[in-house]
Amino acid sequence: MNLDFSDDQKLLQSEARKFFDKEQACRRGRAVMDAESDLDQDLWNQIVSMGWTGIRIPEQYEGLGLGHLELCVVAEELGRSLAPVPYSSSVYLFTEILVKFANEDIKKDLLPKLVTGECVGTLALTEQLYAPTEDNINTKVSNDLISGKKIAVPDANAATHAIVVCQGDKGIELRLIDLSVKNCVLEKQATIDDTRGYAAIEFNNAPSTLIGDAENGWSMLQNTLDQAAVLFSFEQIGGAQAALDMATDYAKHRFAFGRAIGSYQGIKHKLADMYIALTLAKSNTYYGAWALSTDSSELSVAAATARVSSTEAFKLCAQENIQTHGGNGFTWEYDCHMFYRRAKVLSLNIGSLAVWKEKLISGLEKSNLASAN
Amino acid sequence: MNFNDTEQQAEFRARCSAWLKDNAQPKTSARNDKRYGKTDQKEFLKSALEWQKKKFDAGWAMLHWPKIYGGLEASPIERIIWGQEEAKFDVPWGVYEIGLGMAGPVMMQYATEEQKQRYLPPMAAGEEIWCQLFSEPSAGSDVAGLRSRAVQDGSDWIINGQKVWTSGAHFCDYGIIVVRHDPDVDKHAGMTFFFIDMKSPGIDIKPIKQITGGSSFNEVYFNDVRIPDSQRLGAVGDGWRVAITTLMNERLAVGDANGADATEAFKWAQKQDDHGQPLIQNRAVRESIADWYCQASGLKNTKLRTMSALSRGDTPGPEASITKVVSANKLQAVGNFGIDSLDMAGMLKTDDTDVHSFHDAWLGAPGLRIAGGTDEILKNIIAERVLGLPQDPRADKGVAFKDIPSGK
Repeated sequence: MNLDFSDDQKLLQSEARKFFDKEQACRRGRAVMDAESDLDQDLWNQIVSMGWTGIRIPEQYEGLGLGHLELCVVAEELGRSLAPVPYSSSVYLFTEILVKFANEDIKKDLLPKLVTGECVGTLALTEQLYAPTEDNINTKVSNDLISGKKIAVPDANAATHAIVVCQGDKGIELRLIDLSVKNCVLEKQATIDDTRGYAAIEFNNAPSTLIGDAENGWSMLQNTLDQAAVLFSFEQIGGAQAALDMATDYAKHRFAFGRAIGSYQGIKHKLADMYIALTLAKSNTYYGAWALSTDSSELSVAAATARVSSTEAFKLCAQENIQTHGGNGFTWEYDCHMFYRRAKVLSLNIGSLAVWKEKLISGLEKSNLASAN
Repeated sequence: MNFNDTEQQAEFRARCSAWLKDNAQPKTSARNDKRYGKTDQKEFLKSALEWQKKKFDAGWAMLHWPKIYGGLEASPIERIIWGQEEAKFDVPWGVYEIGLGMAGPVMMQYATEEQKQRYLPPMAAGEEIWCQLFSEPSAGSDVAGLRSRAVQDGSDWIINGQKVWTSGAHFCDYGIIVVRHDPDVDKHAGMTFFFIDMKSPGIDIKPIKQITGGSSFNEVYFNDVRIPDSQRLGAVGDGWRVAITTLMNERLAVGDANGADATEAFKWAQKQDDHGQPLIQNRAVRESIADWYCQASGLKNTKLRTMSALSRGDTPGPEASITKVVSANKLQAVGNFGIDSLDMAGMLKTDDTDVHSFHDAWLGAPGLRIAGGTDEILKNIIAERVLGLPQDPRADKGVAFKDIPSGK
C-alpha cells in the first residue's frame, strides 16, 4: 500500500519548490502582465536547461525518460508558484500527444527539440463561446490543409507548433502544424490572467500533418485531456495550498478588535473549509496520479474526480484568501488576485467544471454498464 | 505508487481471511448489516458476545494489544488489514467499539498492572462491556465544563451528578468517568478520572429517545455513588489530561458516517422516474451526484494516504481529521436528495429498502454532525491544531470553576 511519491520524486519536488521560490516566479508573473508579454523567457530557459520539458520524453529522443509521477510533482510546484511559462500547454498537452500518438519521423524531429526548447507546443481546440464537442468543431482539414479559426489558444505566442483539432472527412482529426507558416495568423487575446499569453489563430489552407489515424481523433483527444486533467489538478492543488498558506499566515498576524483575526471562528471555519476542500482534492489527485502512471482503466473517472475536486478547492481557496485579507486582498499590490486569476483560468483551460462533472457521471454510467455486462 | 501489500502484509491478510472464512459468513450484499439497534437487543447482545469471544480466543479481538492481555502485538497496518478483511463478513458490530476504542487505551495507559490483567482480557473477550461517561447536560462541546461532583471520603470518592449521551450504559458492566473534585480552581485543574462499576448502588440509568425513534444513548444519574480511590486513573486533578487522551481516541473511532452515499444516490437516480425519464438524466442531479462522488472518493483516498504512512511505519499526517465533518454532511445531503426525489411521496414511511435508507440518512445525520465533536468544534480543531491559528480568547480562563458564567 503506497499512495505516495517515492523519495526520489519527493526530492525532485523539493528542488522544484526551491527553484521557483528562488526565482520569485509570482513576481515574474506580474512583470509579464505589466509588459503585456506572453511568458518569462528567462524562467522558461532555466526550466528547459534543467531538463523538465523532457521529463516524459524517452532517452532515445534525448529526454529524461522518466514517468508521469515525476511530471506530477513538478506540476504541483509550478501551480504553487504561478510561474508565467507555457509548461502545461507544451508538456501536458503537446508533448504527451506526440509521445503517445505521433509516428517515428515526427518524434525524431520534434521530441529532441522540445527537450532543448527549440520547439514549444500547444493545443488549439476551442472555437465557440461554449464547450467544444465532437459535433461542433468547424475548423476543416482537406488535403492536409487546415482552414478555420481557433480562440483562446493557451501560450500560442510562445509556441512554435500546435496540435489543431479539426473536422476531417471521417471525423475529428488531430493535426500537427508549424505556427511559423504564413497562412496561419495569430492575434493575441487579452484574458483575465495575463501572466499567460492566449491568442486566436486563423488558418487559411495552412499545411498540416496527421497525428495518429484519421478515425480516432476525438478519442485520442479525450485520452490526452484525461491525462492532462491529472497534471492540471496537481497545478491546482499546488495553487490552492499556496493560497491557503497565504490566508493562514495573514490571519495569524492581522489584528482587529485587539486580537488576531485567526482567533475568530468566522475566519477559523472559513480556513478549515479551505483545508477540507484541499485535502479531498489532494487525495483524489494522488489517486489520479496512480491511475495515470499505471495507465489504469479507471483513468477517465479518476481524472474527472481529481479535476472536479481540485477545481473546487482552488476556486474556494483563492476567493476566500481575498476575503480573509479584507481590503488588502482587493488591491493590485497583494498577490491574492494572482491566485484568483490563475484559479479561474486553470479551471477553464481543458474544460469547465460542468464539462468535467458530466465526464465523471458519464464515466460512472459506462463503468456501471461494463460491470453489468 | 501501488496498492499492493508487502509480502509480509499479504501473508498476514491471508491468515486473517482464512480464519474469517472458517468462522463467519461472507457478506452477500452491502445490505448485510448486523448493527446494534437494528434487531432484537437481547438476541443481538448474545450473538455479539459469541463473535467477540471467538475472536478473542484466536487473538483477533484486540490484535494490537500485548499478548499478556490477549492481543497479538500486531502493527497499526496489520490492524487495518484485519479491519478490511472482517468488514467483508456478516458479523455483529456496535456493542464493543466504544469500550475497546476508548476505555481500553485509557486503562492500558493509566491502570495498575494488576488492574490491567484483571480488566483488559474480559473487556477484549466481550465478557465485560464498557461505556464512557463524559458529556453532561451543561457540558457538551465544552466537556471541561462538567459539574458532576466527586468528594473524597476515606479511601472512597462519593459521586453526585448526571451524565448524558452514554452509549450502551444499560447493558454495560464498567465505565470510565471524569468528574469535578474541586470547583474552587481553574476548570481544567479541578477534574479527576476514574473507572466505575456500573452496577454500583446509586446509579440510575434512563434511555434517551432520539429523533430516529431509537434509543442507543442514556442519561446516567449518580446519587451518592462510591468509587474506591484505587479506581482513580491518573493523579487527582489530572482528569482533563486523561480525558483528552480518550477524546483523541474517539476522534479516530468515530470516522465515516455509515449509510446512503454517492453510489446509492447514483443507483437510485438510474431507476427513479423524472417526468418519464430516468432521474439520472437530470442535469442538476448529475452535478450533485458528481459532488458527492468526489467527496466520497476524497475520503477513501485520504484513508489510503493515511494507510500508506502507517504501512511505511510513519505517523500519518492530520488529513484524517476531515473525515467525520465531510461524511456526516454528505449523508444529510444524500438523505435529502433521495427523499426529495419522491416529491410528496417522500414523506411516506415504507418498506422499500432504498427509501428507508434515505429516511435513515436524513434522520441520523443530524446526530452524526454532533456526536464525537460537532462540525463547529471539529473545524476549530482543524484551524487550531492543523493550521496553527490562535485560540479564541476565553471567558473562563484563570477563573475558579464556580465563578464561570453559566447563563443560569
